[in-house]
Amino acid sequence: MQLTDGIVAIVKRDCPTCTLLAPVLAELRASYPGAVTVYSQDDPSFPESIGGALDDRELEVSFALELDTVPTLLRVEDGKEVARIVGWSQPEWIEFTGVDALGANLPPYRPGCGSRTQDPAIAAARATREGERDLRARRVDLGDEEDDAEAMFARGWSDGLPVVPPTPARVVRMLAGTTRGAQDIVAVIPPDLVECTVEKVAINAVMAGCLPEYLPVVLAAVEAACTDDFNMHGLLATTWFSGPVIVVNGPITRAIGMNSGINALGPGNRANATIGRALQLVIRNVGGGRPGEVDRATLGQPGKYTCCFAEHEDAFWEPMHVERGYQASQNTVTLFAGEGVRGIVDQISRTPESLTRSFAACLRTTAHPKLPLAFDAMLVITPDHLRVYEEAGWSKARFREEIGALLQIDGREMVRGASGIEEGIPESLAELTLPKFRDGGMLIAHAGGGAGLFSGIIGGWASGKMGSEPVTRELRS
Amino acid sequence: MTTVLDPTSERAPGTRERAKRPATLDGATIGLLDITKARGDVFLDRLAEQLETRGHTVLRFAKPTFTKPAPIDLRHEISTKCDVVIEALAD
Repeated sequence: MQLTDGIVAIVKRDCPTCTLLAPVLAELRASYPGAVTVYSQDDPSFPESIGGALDDRELEVSFALELDTVPTLLRVEDGKEVARIVGWSQPEWIEFTGVDALGANLPPYRPGCGSRTQDPAIAAARATREGERDLRARRVDLGDEEDDAEAMFARGWSDGLPVVPPTPARVVRMLAGTTRGAQDIVAVIPPDLVECTVEKVAINAVMAGCLPEYLPVVLAAVEAACTDDFNMHGLLATTWFSGPVIVVNGPITRAIGMNSGINALGPGNRANATIGRALQLVIRNVGGGRPGEVDRATLGQPGKYTCCFAEHEDAFWEPMHVERGYQASQNTVTLFAGEGVRGIVDQISRTPESLTRSFAACLRTTAHPKLPLAFDAMLVITPDHLRVYEEAGWSKARFREEIGALLQIDGREMVRGASGIEEGIPESLAELTLPKFRDGGMLIAHAGGGAGLFSGIIGGWASGKMGSEPVTRELRS
Repeated sequence: MTTVLDPTSERAPGTRERAKRPATLDGATIGLLDITKARGDVFLDRLAEQLETRGHTVLRFAKPTFTKPAPIDLRHEISTKCDVVIEALAD
């Protein structure tokens, strides 16, 4: 920025020190050998003593000079600032300007006031304007008569529920939720295999209703979903019910207010609801994965709008991310290809042996009671049920061992035709005993309210290399 | 007027040229791609039988899993060895 050589002063009428100094500025104009240029931050008719000032109500000069205080006095040579003082100190002003007897009738010292650039609302608005310049996404101007909410539906950008219009200002504020560059590539999104930037994720997070502090969770979920192991392409395309289920672990779940308690898998919590939805909107809008097109689900299920919850970590069993090799202090997302949740009732069992048998009997029915190894499952155990294991001292590893044994199933029960049901495994496998779940095919999460002797099963999809492998990713800030 | 940012990939709605259809199958090598869904092979076996009876050369291919797109190597192999390809879908 080119400044006029000489003395430059920046003042505002709203500052008592500046108004006190109005006569001093007139004295300076009269006595200083060079130019005295004055900018006013709030009212260019001020100070009247010098017939008004240059208009800096837009604060372009003040921001460029990174002002903290008014009045600020600069000495400028060759268009550049070479010295600066702030506030009013008579000896300092005299020394700085070389003009004797400045402000002879004034008190010798007065502190200045805050520059308007320090006003939090103004600083935020400016940061937004600057941030908007860095955005690369195509700008779409809606029609004057067009309703914003309807416009989102009309352009095919919604999952069927209203979305928040992603204005540039909202997207800039969303991007403040991460330190990652807006143009960093997060993942290649199926089915169209599109490189997706942080900015595009932020746009869809705005639409989903996220707060900026959720963005790191959404970014990690997008990364995890678009790995070859998780196989988002196949999960999208399958005729089966499943969609991505996001389990969030670590301190961030408390920091952003996620729900791991009452109704953890249901509605009512903004973070749970919008993080899962943001991932689905990225797949839909960036990847081009739309129901009826590449999404071929026969029935689908409501969890495909959103399915995200936090694990209740302060518990007898170690949380999911610790079981999967992370530290409790790390923030992670674990993605699971899940169908809808369904309940297990057991209000009678008070021993782990009995309760585990209940769980095994219900888990066996995942997808079909006569199909082993083909589908994964996530058991969501609630506090009332976990208490049974805690009181008996059964660790999570012990539980896994016991339920694993109960889920070894005699092939003769499962062959085609057994129990009068044609579905099942080939006759050639009749003499084998087969596990219901492959190794690593049963996830365990802990969530739910403090009352209710129920747990949940989220059935999976084609498991492992044939379909989807659960994927855990650590969050980046 | 409200301005919003495009949440999509911003790809122009692309139209792809379809490969030219052969006027005749005489002398053509025909690839049969099994996506490995249950009983897709039953259909393809019968198709192969019919085509071979009519004197066509038939090559068989299979995707490792129906849940994922065919690997690029497989697609390349089919495109270099075959003049036409028939992919059987199940369900």
